[in-house]
Amino acid sequence: MSVLIFLKAAIHAGTPLLFATLGEVLTEKSGNLNLGVEGLMLLGAIGGFSAGMITQSTVVAILAALLAGALGGLIYAFLTVTLRANQVVTGLSLTIFGTGVAGFVGKLFMGRNLPENIKAVFGARPLPILSRIPVLGTIFFQHNVFIYGGYLIAIALGIYLYKSKPGLNLRTIGENPHAADASGINVNRYKYLHILAGSAISALGGAYLSLVYVPVWQENVTAGRGWIAVALVIFSMWNPYKAIAGAYLFGGLDIIGFRLQQINFPLSQYIIDMFPYIITIVVLVFSSIYKKRDHSPSALGVSFFREDR
Amino acid sequence: MRKLKIISVLVLSLLVLLTACSDQGSEPQGTTTKVGFIYVGMIGTEGFTYSHDQGRLYLEQELGVETMYQEAVDESAEVETVIANMVDQGCNVIFGTSYGFGKYMLNVADQYPDVKFLHCSGAQDAENMNTYFGRMYEPRFLSGLVAGLKTKTNKIGYVAAYEISEVIRGINAFTLGVQTVNPEAEVEVVWTHTWYDPATEKEAALALIDNNCDVIAQHQDTAAPQQAAEERGIAAVGYHSITEKNAPEAYMTAPIWNWNDYYKSEVEKVIAGTWTPENVWLGMNDGLVLLAPLTENAPDGAAEIVEEYQSKIIAGDFHVFSGVITKQDGTTIGEEGQALSDEEMLNMSYFIKGVNGKIETN
Repeated sequence: MSVLIFLKAAIHAGTPLLFATLGEVLTEKSGNLNLGVEGLMLLGAIGGFSAGMITQSTVVAILAALLAGALGGLIYAFLTVTLRANQVVTGLSLTIFGTGVAGFVGKLFMGRNLPENIKAVFGARPLPILSRIPVLGTIFFQHNVFIYGGYLIAIALGIYLYKSKPGLNLRTIGENPHAADASGINVNRYKYLHILAGSAISALGGAYLSLVYVPVWQENVTAGRGWIAVALVIFSMWNPYKAIAGAYLFGGLDIIGFRLQQINFPLSQYIIDMFPYIITIVVLVFSSIYKKRDHSPSALGVSFFREDR
Repeated sequence: MRKLKIISVLVLSLLVLLTACSDQGSEPQGTTTKVGFIYVGMIGTEGFTYSHDQGRLYLEQELGVETMYQEAVDESAEVETVIANMVDQGCNVIFGTSYGFGKYMLNVADQYPDVKFLHCSGAQDAENMNTYFGRMYEPRFLSGLVAGLKTKTNKIGYVAAYEISEVIRGINAFTLGVQTVNPEAEVEVVWTHTWYDPATEKEAALALIDNNCDVIAQHQDTAAPQQAAEERGIAAVGYHSITEKNAPEAYMTAPIWNWNDYYKSEVEKVIAGTWTPENVWLGMNDGLVLLAPLTENAPDGAAEIVEEYQSKIIAGDFHVFSGVITKQDGTTIGEEGQALSDEEMLNMSYFIKGVNGKIETN
């Protein structure tokens, strides 16, 4: 029983990571490495929270979080796609920018509670039928709507990337933008659209923290989860389905220590704290040794110059 | 070539930042008193840094002195830069409110002989630097009384940051309070290894609640553990500041800081020219630490027993760590009729009986 409760809690803890990772997968598929996930999450957190406080509307809060993320993505896209600035530096600046904006706007809401009606929307809502499935029902289908949204976005993203024409085009751009360009794909438009969409999805991860998880405004709610998401993209090999497994695994690792400590499990909490990073390193090592297929988009991190062939 | 570009951009932006900083104040130091505060966290509306900032505002209001502060300062050589900047802007009293600042404050203390350095929770001093802290274990004990009366499952969860003696001392004092009113109850400790991370703190509290704890206490910087309690319909004890509005159905009370009087008296001494570095560890009788008023979530009878012990502590008739205390491993410490010395309390590195948890030693 306690294992079930733990697994259920792992889904909770992994959800902000899932959104952040999915967004980053989409962005990186377009060949742009965005290290600003942490900043995007914070933009989403403050965007959603402030809109929720002002309008008392859940829908507006979610839309505002998406919009805040997309605006952050727009800055990033303008710098890296149009101006072809260094992607690493731009991403890092975006993190600093997002942290600053969230801190500044957040001063208005510091320590204030989200309206009750929004909290109520994000209460647990077991799905009919599905939640009755033994074991799986308890773990996956007795959550709030935000978590179900995470499942849907992950699956939709997988279908989009691997089963649709635009998804194929996008992957082509990530692998070889010049070939894509030659075949008549508007590379920059694709990059813009997907960076914006990816950033908006990442921002939802932050919104989950401020709207559902800890619905009181607090400075820096993400506490480094954006960086874990960057590692998770590598862990999941740029695949949205694997991102689901990865995010919940990392979410579980985040919280398993608290439960092991209580049964006096003979493993140091400091070791447990290291697990996500160790696993990422191991995956990197293995994926490098057994290079069946290099999973990262080949043109990742390289600015696209149309004239430069 | 690209690397060069990156580096030059970084250097340039650093230069811009530095000039921006030094532009602000060219006022010569000297006659007027200006007080600088170095904070490890953001001020926010709760937590350790918030409590210090309340003290800073009190100084402005009561003494009319000018103050400045710097939030989110790293416990690194950054402290020295911040100090240089504060002195540059005319500060002649600097409060550093984190343990890890001590080393760096000490490094530069002799460079600024006219500046008084006051370091919170430290162990170092110098001719112009003292260290000060509060006996938080006293109100922690009182909060344990409340928790001990409240619990029905006789399991109380404690979300704790790091395995250092300050935290351990708090847990032990809390447990002594719990056992004073409820010898059956035990305190379950979970380490988070963070001072500030709302989501992680909440997760740790939820893990405790899933393990049948029905009161949550904390040595953390946010109200997230209390929100976990609120969500699950159980009770909570806060820390640092009053956070009733963040968990109205759960919050019972909190051991809190009140730096106002100490800060005022120290700065008054500086103004009068009578300040000397005096290391202090102030308790409830000095008003530096206290138990926040109980809310109606607190159990019946708690107010009376808290009042009883509170007046004994303030009068000096009761010491939290006195008599023979049994440690977790069965050995004992202390002697009948005697209290532990400050030295012994400051170096506490063991749990007492009644605490379920593990202190990892290197």
